[in-house]
Amino acid sequence: MSVIFYGGTMRFSVMLQQLGGGMLKSMSIFALTLLFALPLGLFVSFGRMSKNKILQGAMKVYISIMRGTPLMLQLLAVYFGPYYLFGANIGGGYRFTAIIIAFSINYAAYFAEIYRSGIESMSPGQYEAARLLGYSKSSTFLKIIFPQVIKRILPSMTNEVITLIKDTSLAFSLAYAEMFTIAKQIAAKETNFMPFLVAALFYYVFNALVAFLMERLEKSMSYYT
Amino acid sequence: MALLEMNHIRKHFGGLEVIKDISLKVNEGEILSIIGPSGSGKSTMLRCATMLETIDSGEIIYNGERVAWVEPDGKKVYPKGAKMKEVGSLFGLVFQNFNLFPHYSVMKNITDPPIHNQKRGRDEVFAEARQLLKKMGLEDKENAYPCQLSGGQCQRVAIARALALNPKILFFDEPTSALDPELTGEVLKVIKSLADLHIAMVIVTHEMNFAREISDHIIFMDQGVVAVEGSAHDVFNADHARMQAFLGKLQH
Repeated sequence: MSVIFYGGTMRFSVMLQQLGGGMLKSMSIFALTLLFALPLGLFVSFGRMSKNKILQGAMKVYISIMRGTPLMLQLLAVYFGPYYLFGANIGGGYRFTAIIIAFSINYAAYFAEIYRSGIESMSPGQYEAARLLGYSKSSTFLKIIFPQVIKRILPSMTNEVITLIKDTSLAFSLAYAEMFTIAKQIAAKETNFMPFLVAALFYYVFNALVAFLMERLEKSMSYYT
Repeated sequence: MALLEMNHIRKHFGGLEVIKDISLKVNEGEILSIIGPSGSGKSTMLRCATMLETIDSGEIIYNGERVAWVEPDGKKVYPKGAKMKEVGSLFGLVFQNFNLFPHYSVMKNITDPPIHNQKRGRDEVFAEARQLLKKMGLEDKENAYPCQLSGGQCQRVAIARALALNPKILFFDEPTSALDPELTGEVLKVIKSLADLHIAMVIVTHEMNFAREISDHIIFMDQGVVAVEGSAHDVFNADHARMQAFLGKLQH
């Protein structure tokens, strides 16, 4: 029973504290990944839809690699790549940067395809009307097209964002002390399953919060169809 | 001087020649209707005039100034940047399926283009927009969103939106084809009421009685050429087999 009900030598409050610290690190991976991947994905989708065949092809290959290989492998490649390729000295300071780079370029690929689906679903009539009404190309996109695209892609975005919360646990593969890594360490040391249950609860609550916010955002755009 | 002249226009899509050497002329305040069977190139002609499509040969002249043409070597010359803005401000287009911006209220649909694209004063634009809405019979709809309106109301908003930029010439691309007969009536009534604004109008339509009543000049197009043209009386009474067949079918 003590394997499930916490009976380890570490005090429960200390465990919570440590997991809470890990949670903050998971959240910072989450937030920074969104910060970089959301705009990067938009530019990738522009490249993917570009008339320039070389750019379009390059983006296709990029998206295909990002979606076709495991994120864990990408994390390892970004972290150890500089050493194996250039013999660069990869210190501990690079660990977090590597995690953010790997997550950002991976999620940008998924986001790019979601943006593309939204942008390509817009009727040409919206562009034509904007053009006839004197909107420049950039304001057509920013004022007319993009707000409508966001409304359309929000449900798929919610899916990805929720997946990202759980994917932050993959940072354990670079031994970064986010929540899952810490849970694993405590569980091993205390030979107890409880840290995992607490971690699961933390992930779940975080997810529920994000899902709730995304739903609010969706509702705020439901005044038109 | 003609407000719009299109000379020897040709346009093809792939191997299909949609417009075969058509010329037309619209004077200030004049109303021209273009009628004819589907696929005869009527809408393409409007899309060429509004530069949504590029012409394959010929020239387009607005206000006496040649603005778009095709060089003998096939090079297409179109205005760019500030010049395009200047030319574009001369005309407006009302689409078959309205193309209102669904995320903007009626008022914003109408006022945003003049405020942001013509840099006109907000108060002036809003006052003018309210007048336009009144003219369209939509004074109580300024805060509504397009999805809350009927098709006829949407089309009237689209007309107001085009008029708010003060064009010299307004093109209508089958403005009632997406509407049921009742809604068609209300939109046609509004278009008729625009005659006193003294802006030129080019109307592609299948509403023959409407075209007959409102037009100064009518063009009947068939298979990419002008088959018959002239005053409403002349065109509807012309001894032209294809057109009489077209009109006859419409009456049944």
